[in-house]
Amino acid sequence: MSTYYAGLLADTGILLLGALSVYIILATGQLSLGNAGFMGIGAYATSYLTVEMGVPLTPALLIAAFGAGIMGIIIGFPALRLKGIYLAMATLGFGEMVRSFLLNFETMGGSGGFSGMQHISVTYIWLWAGGVLLLIMLLEQSRLWLEMRAVHDDETAASLVGLNTTATKIGAFGFGAAVAAISGGLFAHHHVYIEPANFGFDRSIEFVLAVILGGSTVAPGAVIGSGLLVMLPEMLRFISDWRLAAFGALLILVLLTRRQGILDRNLFRLFSLRKQPS
Amino acid sequence: MNEPMPEPLLQLVNVTRTFGGIRALNDVSCDIPKGRVVGIIGPNGAGKTTIFNVITGAYQASSGQVYFEGRPITALLPYQIARTGIARTFQNIRLFAGMTVWEHLLVAQPHTDATWRRLLPTRWADPAAREKAEKALVTFGLEKVRDRIAQSLPYGIQRKVEMARALTAGPKLLLLDEPVAGMNHDEAHELRLLLIELCKEGLTILLIEHDMTFVMNLCHYLYVLDFGQMIAKGDPASVRTNPAVLDAYLGEEG
Amino acid sequence: MILQQLVNGLTLGAVYTLIALSFSLVMGILGILNLAIAELFMIGGYIGFTVIIAQLPLPLAILAGMCGAALIAIIIEKVGYQPLRNTPVITPMLSTLGFSIILQNVATNVWGSDPLQLPDQFLGHRFEFGPISIGAMQLLVLGSTVFLVALLAFVVQRTSIGRALRAIAENRDVARLLGVPADRLMLIAFILSGLLAGAAGVLVGLHYAAITPYVGVETGLKAIAVMVIGGTTRIWGALVAGPLIGIAEVMTVAYGGSQIRDFVVYGLMILILLLRPQGILGGARTDQGPRV
Repeated sequence: MSTYYAGLLADTGILLLGALSVYIILATGQLSLGNAGFMGIGAYATSYLTVEMGVPLTPALLIAAFGAGIMGIIIGFPALRLKGIYLAMATLGFGEMVRSFLLNFETMGGSGGFSGMQHISVTYIWLWAGGVLLLIMLLEQSRLWLEMRAVHDDETAASLVGLNTTATKIGAFGFGAAVAAISGGLFAHHHVYIEPANFGFDRSIEFVLAVILGGSTVAPGAVIGSGLLVMLPEMLRFISDWRLAAFGALLILVLLTRRQGILDRNLFRLFSLRKQPS
Repeated sequence: MNEPMPEPLLQLVNVTRTFGGIRALNDVSCDIPKGRVVGIIGPNGAGKTTIFNVITGAYQASSGQVYFEGRPITALLPYQIARTGIARTFQNIRLFAGMTVWEHLLVAQPHTDATWRRLLPTRWADPAAREKAEKALVTFGLEKVRDRIAQSLPYGIQRKVEMARALTAGPKLLLLDEPVAGMNHDEAHELRLLLIELCKEGLTILLIEHDMTFVMNLCHYLYVLDFGQMIAKGDPASVRTNPAVLDAYLGEEG
Repeated sequence: MILQQLVNGLTLGAVYTLIALSFSLVMGILGILNLAIAELFMIGGYIGFTVIIAQLPLPLAILAGMCGAALIAIIIEKVGYQPLRNTPVITPMLSTLGFSIILQNVATNVWGSDPLQLPDQFLGHRFEFGPISIGAMQLLVLGSTVFLVALLAFVVQRTSIGRALRAIAENRDVARLLGVPADRLMLIAFILSGLLAGAAGVLVGLHYAAITPYVGVETGLKAIAVMVIGGTTRIWGALVAGPLIGIAEVMTVAYGGSQIRDFVVYGLMILILLLRPQGILGGARTDQGPRV
């Protein structure tokens, strides 16, 4: 496979993980506009472990994911007090704070960035991306995911059927943060250079776009969304200058006509090999 | 009533709930005996729904205690109270917007089992939960609509789904908030028969209703609330003729 | 030295106030966060610059920026908000996000991503008041802000439109029942917010004598923090919070370094969201409350 297509595939895998991180949190009814912050934490933490401490990549990713997960849980607690737009704003603020922190983190280059990571293959990236995707798809069949959907649909009614909505929402933040961190770690070792600007609001929006466009109710929607965001600009070279505007217009179109995104549960069932549900 | 009242399943003791300067509930005490149908009636705004909200933990009592099976539940969180065996339905049905009827029943299954069962695909990991959900489908005659999105179904079926969701976990106490609102005579009758059946099987029922016929024909015991205070209690016959009750309803359609 | 920083902070704060008011109008009356306001601010600035570079008078530039932004706001309202006004608030918010993405791309293509600069000696005159020096530009920004805010206050408090806006802010359904043309007023709220954002864009561009397509994200997003800190439920909170944050930011840059200023501003926002969500000026901690 040529380096060019390998690069595209790698970016898709990395974006897929980021999109999934938003998807997990969104499944409980919380919109996070700051997941690039967790991605950045993952990127820098993993890089520090591999470059400065000689930890092999896979354990480094796991450690970073775990650490980010803890941070996600910590963020999840105050997030409980905020609803809808206020939560979105707070996560936006969080993402910006992380970026600002990284700008000042001289130990790892600050605004100058950090490098020295080993380059990894596309295959490795997709082992992670594919693995996490399969894990989530498996999870979607569980009662836990049903509980997450219940919390998303009506938190009060959910608590009345005995669901611990607090644990569910916080857990989702933790899980989402961990997945975003893995995305960051892989990004760092694929591009072998990272700087705070890589993990700003634009990136958080990219994740959200992938989920909203591709399908916000099923995990494979994130695959469609990521693929779209990475591949479409390449296929539509003639409008490459306007590709962002095209995505903005696409987002508005989807919201107006098919809010759940391209792939939804019914469509997915049509394409899946399984028989009818239940 | 001639027979002695059974043990109280639920007890409110001097419960007060204030919002800002308003006392929605003022020193309310009541006992809900086990295995009976008890009704709470009173004019609009009397505080009936507030009592439900305090029992289920949506609101914390400003003072006083709530006891369930002898244990205080006043400080518990809503989901913890639900798990002790208290279920509730709403005046305006609150179903899960994106879920099918089947999913409603599945998600309401009790959390008795090991956590790991809930993490794995239900299809093969949690046969017990599936079985109970299947039974609930049959009990409420919902098999034909099991894979339909609950909110897209006719109002009467939605009410059934809500009831099924509340009952499938086998609660000990069922709180019904205006269960026959919007129902016609036949539907109300059907519901009454169902509730009597459930009561015979051991369920304790506490309901809020405005439909006096329904209340009088079903409840063993009544509490009357007005302006957040308990103004009367007793069996339907005596409450019906209680002057304080008639007074409260004057100027308000009963 | 501190006094000088105060003046600089006030100027920055004035800009924040305008943008925050813009956000607050839409948030308070429509309940949604119009993310496109940050880019309306940016486009307004570019339009104003274009007018100035064409050698046309300054007031015209400000007006052009305001009207241009307002026009785009109308488009956003009609296409992106109206059809979605009964959906969960996240949906129209994401829709405005789509518009902001489009607007930024348009600006980058039409004007390029390098800073667009004003001719040098444009209103470069400085006035000295003892230890403080104020540029003519800073005075213009402060003065215009005061004027626009006063104008907005007049509209909101004294006119029937303002009364109707406040009615909708308090309770949309009741207002509708009372015969208030809610849809038309939502459009008016959008237009007003566009006018303010556009003005702010021109003013900030004039102040720094340069503009880039990224000022929206840089400055505009921080205005959200200002709105939250001042109190999303009281639009006049922006009047207090704007100067406050402006000064805080300038002080942070002067004494802490420019790198951590975002950290401080957003940190304050998150703190307020958690500890006192109704903001500095917000009243009792209720969800329903007069927002305007």
